[in-house]
Amino acid sequence: MPFEGIGAAVRRKEDARFLSGRGNYTDDINRPGQLYAYVRRSDRPHARISRIDTTQASKAPGVMAVFTGADMAADNIGGLPCGWQIHCKDGSPMKEPPHPVLAVDKVRHVGDPIAVVVAETKQAAKDAAELIEIDYQELPAVASVRDAVASGAPLVHDDAPGNICYDWHIGDKAVVDAAFAKAAKVVKLELTNNRLIPNAMEPRAAVGDFDPNSGDFTLYTTSQNPHVIRLLMGAFVLHIPENKLRVVAPDVGGGFGSKIYHYAEEATVTWAAGKVRRPVKWTAERAESFMSDAHGRDHDTVAEMALDADGTFLGLRVSTLANMGGYLSTFAPCIPTYLYATLLAGVYKTPVIYCEVKAVFTNTVPVDAYRGAGRPEATFLLERLVDVCARDTGMDRVAIRRKNFIPADAFPYQTPVALQYDSGDYQATLDACLKAADYAGFEARRGAAAAKGKLRGIGISTYLEACGIAPSAVVGSLGARAGLYEVANIKVHPTGSVTVYTGTHSHGQGHETTLAQLVCDQLGVPLDQVEVVHGDTGKIPFGMGTYGSRSLAVGGTAMVKAMDKIIAKGKKIAAHLMEASVEDIEFKDGQFSVAGTDKSKTLTDISLAAYVPHNYPIEELEPGLDETAFYDPKNFTFPGGCHVAEVEIDKDTGVTEVVNFVAVDDVGRVINPMIVEGQVQGGVAQGIGQALLENAVYDEGGQLLSGSFMDYSMPRANDLPMITVGTEITLCTHNPLGVKGCGEVGAIGSPPAVINAVIDALKDYGVRHIDMPASPQKLWSIIQSGTPRMAAE
Amino acid sequence: MPQVTLTVNGKRHTVEVEGRTLLVELLREKLGLTGTHVGCDTSQCGACVVHVDGVSAKSCTMLALQADGSNVLTIEGLAAADGTLHPMQEMFREHHALQCGFCTPGMVMSAVDLVNAHPEGLSEKQIREGLEGNLCRCTGYHNIVKAIAAAWPLMHQKAAAAE
Ligand code: FES
Ligand code: FES
Repeated sequence: MPFEGIGAAVRRKEDARFLSGRGNYTDDINRPGQLYAYVRRSDRPHARISRIDTTQASKAPGVMAVFTGADMAADNIGGLPCGWQIHCKDGSPMKEPPHPVLAVDKVRHVGDPIAVVVAETKQAAKDAAELIEIDYQELPAVASVRDAVASGAPLVHDDAPGNICYDWHIGDKAVVDAAFAKAAKVVKLELTNNRLIPNAMEPRAAVGDFDPNSGDFTLYTTSQNPHVIRLLMGAFVLHIPENKLRVVAPDVGGGFGSKIYHYAEEATVTWAAGKVRRPVKWTAERAESFMSDAHGRDHDTVAEMALDADGTFLGLRVSTLANMGGYLSTFAPCIPTYLYATLLAGVYKTPVIYCEVKAVFTNTVPVDAYRGAGRPEATFLLERLVDVCARDTGMDRVAIRRKNFIPADAFPYQTPVALQYDSGDYQATLDACLKAADYAGFEARRGAAAAKGKLRGIGISTYLEACGIAPSAVVGSLGARAGLYEVANIKVHPTGSVTVYTGTHSHGQGHETTLAQLVCDQLGVPLDQVEVVHGDTGKIPFGMGTYGSRSLAVGGTAMVKAMDKIIAKGKKIAAHLMEASVEDIEFKDGQFSVAGTDKSKTLTDISLAAYVPHNYPIEELEPGLDETAFYDPKNFTFPGGCHVAEVEIDKDTGVTEVVNFVAVDDVGRVINPMIVEGQVQGGVAQGIGQALLENAVYDEGGQLLSGSFMDYSMPRANDLPMITVGTEITLCTHNPLGVKGCGEVGAIGSPPAVINAVIDALKDYGVRHIDMPASPQKLWSIIQSGTPRMAAE
Repeated sequence: MPQVTLTVNGKRHTVEVEGRTLLVELLREKLGLTGTHVGCDTSQCGACVVHVDGVSAKSCTMLALQADGSNVLTIEGLAAADGTLHPMQEMFREHHALQCGFCTPGMVMSAVDLVNAHPEGLSEKQIREGLEGNLCRCTGYHNIVKAIAAAWPLMHQKAAAAE
């Protein structure tokens, strides 16, 4: 058997269909008798709706029905629920205003859905939607967090005074203030983390189907977690019990977080299908994606580091305003709190940390997790601040990091912000990355670039993140309204092939291959005899889906546990067949053998006996070889590493070219190195995008200015370099695979590396900080505004 | 309703369309060829790229009527009749140049045209510039660039051998 198990760079099983145009994405699904939905959305950032008249639209050709929020309310349809409740400093719960599926009396952002037309064709639905008459009373709007918290700002929700959703904190302020009082030096930095639009290439889509005979509903949707959608939509919105609702997330064209949440259109098409008793399909146009997919990031932060005279970090104090948008998206409240502030120790042994976060409502699209979710914000803050500490104290950027690293022998390491890291070696990833990037040889390259009239800089980021989300009891105590375990059902069929039913979901990660490799490794079954099934609540027992780099650490571990059960049962069957005692049976490479003898049985012998139990210990053992395991992780996992970016800035245009990028990450054990590399490269591309190109811009009145690919600068092939990826691993100590997760590291580690490099390139211009994106215009202005000054001025 | 007659993947079709029907709508909705994708509404992403008379074209930016009488090749028709993958498909698989697969059909069709158009050779820079009209959110393009570079000799050797 070829080597296909853990560590093999096997080519992906899913590629054949994707490469031949045989993928099965939601918009490819057509149900018999299907109708099409078009959503009429608000073009006003903030307004009262005084009248909606659907008379003309209802009479338009091909129209079956027009529905508004009032129709849903009449049917007792609930609002979109929020899955996480944060408590404020004073113990009070966050403000959680209603989030109607279709806006009823007020719209709160451009793109807020108001009505839906269901018609025979997409064009008929769209044409009719134009005929809906809506009278608005416009209200003043707020788009930025600073404007939203200003006194006298218009209120997005009447019951959220000051537009504050919550005012939360972590750490002991008095202790941190005391550390600052005795510090030799305090370094302060104000920064923003730019708002991003995830833009998976597949626009969101949903097809609702209703079977009048059985009363069963099926929703096909672009989701990262179909069971979560079934739970939220069934229990809280449409009141359909789980046994009458199937949610299928077929091939999904990228998610990056934006397809975790339960969206209005999913509930709308499912409900509408029941009303008109025919299937109803909705597919977003890209313009709708820009104004209705949850956005990411959008923080405004003041951070201060207290240092002693030799550059040791004594304390960190952080105050952040986080934009929630017009409503709370499914997981929004936990992003700037438990996925952000708890990461502020980073790879450093900063002894005391205090962070306060105000989450703020604005007249913008809801903000939620986007690749990295909270951790890129924490990392950008820390790695910028550490560079500024080096600059302000005159220390070397590498030296100040090494001095403050948590040493490799300090694990398990308890941070002052709740997390306990299990393993890591930050010196090792830093060393390997500096070497691969030829950091030592940089000054010569800077000189060579200068001779060509280019400004060259190099930047480092040493980072850590928390993923493998998450221990249920822990997140429950922090406000999560769900458990975050994972589920696997593994069937060994009578003739020895295997089907894995996983609660995780693949939307580009390659689970059909990686998860199958786990089966090769543990059960000794060849890859082509293993099938991985995901994304269908009708087939899979349960699952929490894929986000937070959790699929292997949590979902893979559930598989290991299910396979352990299969092996344990197989041993009993083998003992019976070979007339030996169970304790003497060993299992290796797909063979059950009796220790110390040459007697053995293959897994197929055992599975056949299990399903054709003629000679079988039927008195004490049930037939079949089919096991399910639920696994609740014991801790988060903590991937980390070092990213080095090297840039050249054109003095005449301000354009930055990333000329070299090296990432050396500790992602724990690697199952498929080819896939890990691809995940890191994709993440880095998004991180470089955030650092140099991407920005979701609202004008002061709440209109989205970057609402298409013409205005929102997506990274294109020519904007990016080849991305060198290395790994330098330590094993996760609390899951049997030793895996940590690799989906988000690229997007988390890279933005500060790029910005640190840009600032290094501009060191003669006295630049202390530049907010992202470091656009040509910003850099050109800096370069134009002055003769080079000395860096230390 | 007006009619259009065109050949798609070697098969002739006559289809009724509205004047405003796009080529991509004809392919996906009338012919059921859902391998060609729609990723945007501003002609920016290239998920919809097919070949029209041998040259890549954004099928979201062409009316179905404009394709009347033409010969269209979509991703479904790229592999050989016996199912053998085109070298570009093969190299995308070999170099892990796809993750979610959504950009892939358009990316592959663009890449085939790019390689065809450059028998003299293709540098990394030219490949990156040649992908100007194709967005991928998953891969960071690194492996796509590698796959196209690896497909170039295979495609041109094959062409040379056939001559
Ligand atoms: S669909 Fe985006 S360019 Fe055609
Ligand atoms: S592979 Fe997902 S967009 Fe390219």
